[in-house]
Amino acid sequence: MKKYQCIVCGYVYDEAAGSPDEGIPPGTKWEDVPDSWVCPDCGVGKSDFEMVEI
Amino acid sequence: MSAPHDAVVIIGSGLAGYNLARELRKADAAVPLVVVSRDGAGFYSKPMLSNALAGKKTAASLVMKPADKMAAELNARVVAQVAVERIDAQARQVVLSSGEVLPYRDLVLALGADTIRLPLQGDAVDTVLSVNDLDDFARFADALDQGPCGQPVQRVAILGAGLIGCEFANDLLARGIQSTVLDVADRALSRLLPPEASIRLQDKLSAGGVQFRFGVGAQSVSTGPNGLVVGLSDGSTLEVDLVLSAIGLKPRTDLAAQAGAQVARGVVVNRQLATSLPHVHALGDCAEVAGLVLPYVLPLMAQARALAATLAGKPSDVAYAAMPVAVKTPAWPTVVCPPPADAQGQWVVSGDDENLIARFESTGSEPTLLGFALQGKAVSQRQALATQVPALLA
Repeated sequence: MKKYQCIVCGYVYDEAAGSPDEGIPPGTKWEDVPDSWVCPDCGVGKSDFEMVEI
Repeated sequence: MSAPHDAVVIIGSGLAGYNLARELRKADAAVPLVVVSRDGAGFYSKPMLSNALAGKKTAASLVMKPADKMAAELNARVVAQVAVERIDAQARQVVLSSGEVLPYRDLVLALGADTIRLPLQGDAVDTVLSVNDLDDFARFADALDQGPCGQPVQRVAILGAGLIGCEFANDLLARGIQSTVLDVADRALSRLLPPEASIRLQDKLSAGGVQFRFGVGAQSVSTGPNGLVVGLSDGSTLEVDLVLSAIGLKPRTDLAAQAGAQVARGVVVNRQLATSLPHVHALGDCAEVAGLVLPYVLPLMAQARALAATLAGKPSDVAYAAMPVAVKTPAWPTVVCPPPADAQGQWVVSGDDENLIARFESTGSEPTLLGFALQGKAVSQRQALATQVPALLA
């Protein structure tokens, strides 16, 4: 399980935790997060900004 | 011989400055790029400053990338700890406090905004803090360990129950600090939320220990026998260990105005982020685009993309979709997409114990959605609703 950080606002997406509030179950790999998903903190789209592995 | 005017010079290393630099590098790998910063020029996210305590972040760990790494990644020169003395628009150069003169092909002002400070009386006014950048946060974090009166801070007064004030009130709970939030308005986030949503947020924060006092303003901050004494407009006083001011922001316009650029509330720019001076652009919290000053991340990113394209030779107008703002109050998650200032309509509010959904609908026979506020579990509907709201700047 990996973590990715939104380089715009610093939000961390943790594959192990998912993002249940947005309907992303725990354990969802980053590549399986839908392209319509947006950063819950800054709202920038997945495809619109780079996520860095941390 | 003067140096060549071939560089893009960006003043400011906040989200606006660095995100423009990133976008520009995607579009133009070759243009010489200089980023000038009056602080250490590490890359950090300003919105994280108001929820850093809960995440056990320090000023050091908030830095996602230090200045040298940013310089390497961007293939840019990053000039840290240097102020800009003035812009000479005629000669197309900026004069730095170090004495260096930087010629530019294009200049970008990403100056940010200053916090508005109340005109307070009293001998301890200088101890009032506001958190507007990373260095401010470092001072704030240090002050929590050892307050202005020498002791660890237990009692905090927050001036202003807006977005930043409520976020800090929530974040301080993570440190076991139950703050008192003061506002001359009659409720929290009064300019963004309908009353029902303000009250739900207040109730949740109050349940965590935050105290709100509405309809009163601070008038003085003085040293008392057991801490700081805040004098209030209703004649009462409040004893605290630290005062945090979160009244609002004022775009930084002085540098642009001195150079002869048109300024209003912010530095006035057109849809291509051009100021009234040739080859001088502005974006972010300092810029006023089509009359709008929007100190949030989403408009800033839209501006960065448009300006990067323009600077790379593809003139592009900035456009804003509807842009919801997340209020970082984990005690009661809140997302708001405020209706335009001149919108005609009313709030329609529904909800239950776990949710609140407020829709701002236009008046008329076929009401359309012009804005919304979502709270609790309903924040997950943000995207779905945002697509229904007309673009802010089409």
